[in-house]
Amino acid sequence: MSSTVESLVNKEYKYGFVTDIESDVAPKGLNEDIVRLISMKKQEPAWLLEWRLKALRGWQKMSEPHHWPNITYTPVDYQSISYYSAPRTKTPLGSIDDVDPKLLDAYTKLGIPLREQKLLAGVAVDAIFDSVSVGTTYKAKLAEQGIIFCSFGEAVREHPELVQKYLGSVVPLSDNFFAALNAAVFSDGSFVYVPKGVKCPMDLSTYFRINTAETGQFERTLIIADEGASVSYLEGCTAPKRDENQLHAAVVELVALEGATIKYSTVQNWYAGDEEGRGGIFNFVTKRGKAAANAKISWTQVETGSAITWKYPSVLLQGDNSVGEFYSVAVVNGRQQADTGTKMIHMGKNTRSTIVSKGISAGRGQNSYRGQVKVLPKAEGARNYTQCDSMLIGNRCGAHTFPYIEVQNSSSSTEHEASTSKIGEDQIFYLKQRGLNTENAISIIVNGFCKEVFKELPMEFAVEAQKLLGVSLEGSVG
Amino acid sequence: MTEPFVQEFEARAGTATADGPEWLEPIRQAAMERFARSGFPTARDEEWRFTPIGPIVQGSWRAASGTSGELGREQLDSFIFGHPDWTTLVFVNGVFHDALSSVGPLPGGVRVASLAEALRSDGASIECHLARHAPVDGSPFTALNTALMREGGVVLVGAGVDLDMPVHLLQVSTAEAAGTVAHPRNLIVVERGARASVIESYVTLAPGRSYWTNPVTEVAVAAGAWLEHTRIQRESEAAFHVGLTQVDQARDSHYRSFSFAMGGALARHNLHVRLNDENIESLMYGLYLTRGEQVVDNHTAIYHDRPNCRSWEVYKGILDGRSRAVFNGKVFVQPEAQKTDAKQTNRNLLLSDGARVDTKPQLEIFADDVKCTHGATVGRLDDLARFYARSRGLSTSAAERLLTYAFAAEVAGEVALVPVREELDRLVFERLGSR
Repeated sequence: MSSTVESLVNKEYKYGFVTDIESDVAPKGLNEDIVRLISMKKQEPAWLLEWRLKALRGWQKMSEPHHWPNITYTPVDYQSISYYSAPRTKTPLGSIDDVDPKLLDAYTKLGIPLREQKLLAGVAVDAIFDSVSVGTTYKAKLAEQGIIFCSFGEAVREHPELVQKYLGSVVPLSDNFFAALNAAVFSDGSFVYVPKGVKCPMDLSTYFRINTAETGQFERTLIIADEGASVSYLEGCTAPKRDENQLHAAVVELVALEGATIKYSTVQNWYAGDEEGRGGIFNFVTKRGKAAANAKISWTQVETGSAITWKYPSVLLQGDNSVGEFYSVAVVNGRQQADTGTKMIHMGKNTRSTIVSKGISAGRGQNSYRGQVKVLPKAEGARNYTQCDSMLIGNRCGAHTFPYIEVQNSSSSTEHEASTSKIGEDQIFYLKQRGLNTENAISIIVNGFCKEVFKELPMEFAVEAQKLLGVSLEGSVG
Repeated sequence: MTEPFVQEFEARAGTATADGPEWLEPIRQAAMERFARSGFPTARDEEWRFTPIGPIVQGSWRAASGTSGELGREQLDSFIFGHPDWTTLVFVNGVFHDALSSVGPLPGGVRVASLAEALRSDGASIECHLARHAPVDGSPFTALNTALMREGGVVLVGAGVDLDMPVHLLQVSTAEAAGTVAHPRNLIVVERGARASVIESYVTLAPGRSYWTNPVTEVAVAAGAWLEHTRIQRESEAAFHVGLTQVDQARDSHYRSFSFAMGGALARHNLHVRLNDENIESLMYGLYLTRGEQVVDNHTAIYHDRPNCRSWEVYKGILDGRSRAVFNGKVFVQPEAQKTDAKQTNRNLLLSDGARVDTKPQLEIFADDVKCTHGATVGRLDDLARFYARSRGLSTSAAERLLTYAFAAEVAGEVALVPVREELDRLVFERLGSR
């Protein structure tokens, strides 16, 4: 058994290739000049530059949150990172066919052939390479219904009124250390606007990739679903293998106006570092949604990558009868550390939230669920259900649960349940005597453990997530 | 804010009336240094985030100094569970009161004495326990207690002794306690194979007075020993109470704790239990009743360091008025602690709209072959149950009282000592009846 374990644990990171493309990289370090440079490169309006500078000044006064998250890492030297890296292009891109073929190859390796997808999958993709959006598929078709799906940079140019109205309205620029950093230096991201009453006819998707060494990726996503609109958004991430750590500090803001629905799904498979914990992505992400009356925001995440994950997709349930959901599978293996969970802030009456978190720890991984359920005095009849289950594989890993439940209203009801267990030997035995080998048996059990979350994922992601889980875990059981 | 305490410490160190044996001096000194260095915790300190200790920090407190007035035994009648025959050590405003105390005939190998007395005559037998279990690094309040402790109860139960009657350590505050702070220090040692039941009470004869009690109780349960530890906190509703109970358990031992709290403007109790060897059982029950503007905070931590141990924890709260309850329960399971079975539950019942609960059940698990669960709920009485009770002819208020009582009885019923259980029932009913 142990030899299988080794061979599988040592399985190489499949997405660890580097694409040799000339990049336009900003000098290392962070100061007002860099922010001005980014803003200038992106030909941004003055108000946005001002906003960035304000964020930078705020950030300079903040300190990195080291005391409360259950993660340890050597402090990041923010002056040795390059804050802008763009694939060098000669002329502005007219259509997707003008994109550098090497880039498109890179995406093909990742399993998202843009053109094929356009034809077959029916998923509109906005691909972010390092920090710049390289092309958006299916744009024309979406435009027919008034849906805007473009890179953030383009949105700033084409729809400044929308961007200016909603940017920072959910995650204020001084929200936290990483969000402030992002606000100062974000280089691109995705922007979605779904007009009143429109149901987006297809899933929208972004693929992130960090390619250049010593760069950080700071994308910013803003999704607005106007009254009664609905949209499902998918996000996936990979990065090449490198010895040094790379920083990913993204911000995602969701605005669900009255009666709107936003479903946001993530499959995060950033490079996790090698078995000794060298390299890997520091994934410090702020994700938050704001739900107006009768609106619904649903986060689903499958976190299998990154050396460190620090991420709490949250919902501010402001409107009456609004609904928040959080479904998460977080897997740590090797020396990965994850401190992830959610915040559900109940402000409106009869607001409801559901949290289902499945944590799997293997190898020397440390997995923490950290969640907050807050019911404010005016949230009459609020309801929360939380379930967080952990599974440990081996005794060198850890599973931790830090739920904060703060209730200030007697008519509300909150429930929290958590359990920790190991894979049942009897279950493995049963499956083996039905003819399955150990690896497949474990895969079936783990997938069963995560089923409640996977069923929330859109089809194509669910398949990918199950495979990823297999890759992340196979062989870690002895 | 630490200055007055440092001065008090130095003033006392200079006097001829030594506070204890020589070995204790460096411990006190280190504790005082530790407190002076760290000061009081702040809201930035995760452990103290939800505990509003502002009034303690900003207050100016004189050292509690007993009582000058006459106090009769009949005044304590309502606190002794109808059992004047139980061995009871009475402390009035932090000072041992010999006349009110009674030490009944005890079996051989059992020693019950005040701390000051024990330090004078049994120094050697408590040297290996006193201040060895509760680390001063754990909290500034513990450090302060260790530096300034003077009085408290010492209960030593020798190997193999079955102590059939409970021992009661009763801390009483009177009107003269206003504006003072006491640092009671208790030590309970149950040796190999022994069996005992100890009650620790904090009560008041002056319900409206504001004072501060800062107790620390160290408990050592040796191999195969059995201890029931009942803690009753009925301080003045204007008082402050920040206490620690630190327990060390050895192989095959059984510890059963019940923590009851209904007093204090701010009352916090930390219960830390270390399971240092295999096959240990720990049961922790808690019940808190709050009203008005009270804040009651329970922090528990269970350290599963070794395999094959069981811990079971149920804390329940009933909140009224604009009161607030805080619960934080930690379960640590070390890599070695395979086959751990740990269960933790915190349930809160809100009787009014202004009441508020902050609960944080927390698991930190490093071993895989374990069964660990926790659950927390916050809510009000079940409408269906209320309707059912009404349909059986009960008035709304009687139905609510009955259901609330039933909610409390689930934990109160776990107290093994019948007279204590009956007294708790009475207190719960009285509180519900006064609504």
